[in-house]
Amino acid sequence: MARKSHDPLPTGSEWSFESIEDYDAEIGRAAKHFGLDCYPHQLEIISAEQMMDAYASIGMPVNYHHWSFGKHFLATENRYRRGQMGLAYEIVINSNPCIAYLMEENTLTMQALVIAHAAYGHNSFFKGNHLFVQWTSADAIIDYLVFARNYIAECEERYGQEAVEQLLDACHALMNLGVDRYKRAPQLSLAKERSRQKERADYLQSQVNHLWRTVPAKSEKGTSATVQRFPKEPEENLLYFLEKNAPLLEPWHREVIRIVRKIAQYFHPQRQTQVMNEGWATFWHYTILNHLYDEGLLSDGFMFEFLHSHTNVVQQPPYNSQYYSGVNPYALGFALWRDLRRICEHPTDEDRQWFPELAGSDWRETLFMAMNNYKDESFIAQYLSPKLMRDFRLFAVLDDDDRPKLRINAIHDERGYRDLRQLLADHYNLGSREPNIQVWNVDLRGDRSLTLRYFSYQRRPLAEDYESVLEYLAYLWGFTVRLEEQTSAGAIKLLAEKKAQKPIGSQA
Amino acid sequence: MTHIIDRRFDSKNKSSVNRSRFLKRFNTLIKKAVGEVINRSGIKDLDDEKKISIPGREIAEPRFSHGSGGVRDLIHTGNDRFTVGEELDRPQGGGEGMGSHASPDGEGLDNFVFTLTREEFLEIFFEDLALPNLVKRHLAQIVDHRRRRAGYTQTGVPANMNLPRTMRGAAGRRVAVGGSHHAKVRDLEFQLEHLLRERNEEDPEVKRIRKEITLHRARLGEMPFIDSFDLRYNYHVRIPQPSTQAVMFCLLDVSGSMDEEKKNTAKRFFALLYLFLTRNYERIEVVFIRHHTSAEEVDEDVFFHSRETGGTIVSSALKLMRKIIETRYPSSLWNIYGAQASDGDNWQEDSPVCSKLLDQHLIPLLQYFAYIEIAAQPQNLWEEYQKVQTAHPGVFAVQRIANHKDIYPVFHELFRKRV
Repeated sequence: MARKSHDPLPTGSEWSFESIEDYDAEIGRAAKHFGLDCYPHQLEIISAEQMMDAYASIGMPVNYHHWSFGKHFLATENRYRRGQMGLAYEIVINSNPCIAYLMEENTLTMQALVIAHAAYGHNSFFKGNHLFVQWTSADAIIDYLVFARNYIAECEERYGQEAVEQLLDACHALMNLGVDRYKRAPQLSLAKERSRQKERADYLQSQVNHLWRTVPAKSEKGTSATVQRFPKEPEENLLYFLEKNAPLLEPWHREVIRIVRKIAQYFHPQRQTQVMNEGWATFWHYTILNHLYDEGLLSDGFMFEFLHSHTNVVQQPPYNSQYYSGVNPYALGFALWRDLRRICEHPTDEDRQWFPELAGSDWRETLFMAMNNYKDESFIAQYLSPKLMRDFRLFAVLDDDDRPKLRINAIHDERGYRDLRQLLADHYNLGSREPNIQVWNVDLRGDRSLTLRYFSYQRRPLAEDYESVLEYLAYLWGFTVRLEEQTSAGAIKLLAEKKAQKPIGSQA
Repeated sequence: MTHIIDRRFDSKNKSSVNRSRFLKRFNTLIKKAVGEVINRSGIKDLDDEKKISIPGREIAEPRFSHGSGGVRDLIHTGNDRFTVGEELDRPQGGGEGMGSHASPDGEGLDNFVFTLTREEFLEIFFEDLALPNLVKRHLAQIVDHRRRRAGYTQTGVPANMNLPRTMRGAAGRRVAVGGSHHAKVRDLEFQLEHLLRERNEEDPEVKRIRKEITLHRARLGEMPFIDSFDLRYNYHVRIPQPSTQAVMFCLLDVSGSMDEEKKNTAKRFFALLYLFLTRNYERIEVVFIRHHTSAEEVDEDVFFHSRETGGTIVSSALKLMRKIIETRYPSSLWNIYGAQASDGDNWQEDSPVCSKLLDQHLIPLLQYFAYIEIAAQPQNLWEEYQKVQTAHPGVFAVQRIANHKDIYPVFHELFRKRV
């Protein structure tokens, strides 16, 4: 009983497989009409419990086992049961084919919204944005996760669950320092991964041995003034550094570190493009469904329900509301994309002055260009318009702990636009949001101690638990580790030093 | 082409491994929390799912991150009154309004709260606990029988006849016995057909064949549809089944010296014991005996809530217990447990009577008898019971509880697995 094209789409709140197919076909047609380029996708119907499972394993359909995922699950379950939170309507996985989850409990309207949002919006972002293209391998991620899970399960069998758990704990603690921010990561491939694993294990071990074997040539008459540091350049990817250089690790330790590192790397682009990505998906579900409505395919009832959910998502409460929790990335992102379209289609004089090359251009071209080439920080720095700042009534507050009071530094007026834009962009700069900690030196000739250096920015201190992170690091490194702080003025002070209490490999 | 996959019937508990790993890893913390929950809850609600709260600090996953302090530029929305250069006070406590430090997932770090299922809860709570003498005793003494199917037999009562089996046997027999006759008939009919093409009915050969066919047909006709030989009956055997029923005697002192607080402590102890027994026995009965100078059997409500005053004669309760066992719970059929709670302030002359009663009459009938004394200092009953304990190690135990925080450790001590 195929639905003829251009008949109105099914209505009512109950969904069926046929109606989902119908919606998907029409939404796909509209997406094509607008020129969205997507991976093929796969819609998976799941129950609320399965959604919680997916939550707990950071959204991935397969993952290795670890207690922290269990903790996550218990927390989610508890909040969900007490009604403190609803579950997200959707989870979408950056893979090829792109996997979007539809929750069983959703109404037909919500399913259509999720399909447009996730299966076309996010999907095209994954395929088009340069960060995702360069840094993640959509074709291989699922295979890689399967490999990772099996490998870790194998390790558990061979070396004991406790040993693996301890290693993973340590890796997780350093996970946010396990990404390359500037270098491009090589593509993942399951086959290569497997065949190379053995090779890599042997090679790595030999490299490490080589590093430590080097007997220092006796320097004549006192050591030379400039002792060369190792690594020569500070290394930002701590897990990478450990994988390659930590002296006491066995090959399987290195492989597990690598797995955690690869997964961290996979999620890195998502953290850099939250506003853009969510905004993009929201913009497209809004645009596509409105387009279908204009074509007469959707009923008024559908639109009411859809707009109700949509406005909930893009709501931005003001600073003095009890619901306020910072700038809502959905609201900001959605507004940015819509505003960009407006600047292209209906520019004002102000827009012509601020965005001369955008005003009047083809909106689709402009939007796709922006989607392909930016991340949150640069996107905001480039496209946040004065009108948007006025709409959001943005203002900047300087919180300096040397001053007794807060100071309003900029508001949405002529003098403040540029400052506001820069400050907001900076807010989404991962580099300044997360502490900049790098591997500074290893005392190769002495006690093998490892020194990290924290380059503090605007006098911000590290959160207290750096001591426990350092303990994990000492465990992995096997020898003493130190953490120094270098202020912007260049002063250096030692924050903490940890001896390896029970280094890795020393079996209890 | 889009694929729609229905995953709803896939396994639901993908996280169960991770969940149990979490529980295992923080076993000590959770156990402590479980102990606290026990001390807080009443006798009835020990059965539901349990909300557990453990300190978030202990299970935190540390990461490098910025702490508070330094210089920050915060961007907020909805400006309704601020102008550039204005200075304002820092909001109290953070979080509200200017919201500089709401934790990223909105979750307080003070306590991590989650829910255990009943199974998990009891599992953790009764870990390393065992009922003394459980297996040894009831295998030796308490045997019940249970009927279990054990195939088929050729004899039996009509009610047990198994029709499918019987019909199957009959069909088989008919094929086996009649098969050669059927083959013969087919063969002869084939010959006859050939003969009749050339010869007529009067031919002697045709007549012979016809006669033979009739003979075989008759043989087939004589075969019974069902022979007594075919009959099959369901067969049952009786297998011995250790009885898993138990009776628990709660003996409570309600004399004037037992105040509300002490009774509460006793009640919690009884509740624990009850819960513990339900995990080990299919059926369990509870007998409540309260006493001051005389003892009476009461229901649960009266047992815990009514007030009495007067002196104390413990032996009255023990005598009543013995009488009830003799009339209602023969020890060959029941696992009998006794738990007595008192402040130990017995009438001086009565204590030796008690120990004698236990020693000679009650303990031989019992699996286990636990006496808890709710008092700071040992009382006269305590000393008498100590003697009984030495005489019957493993069956008789005494412990003292000063306040209700001790319940869990004492309970633990009483039922600790002894390897």
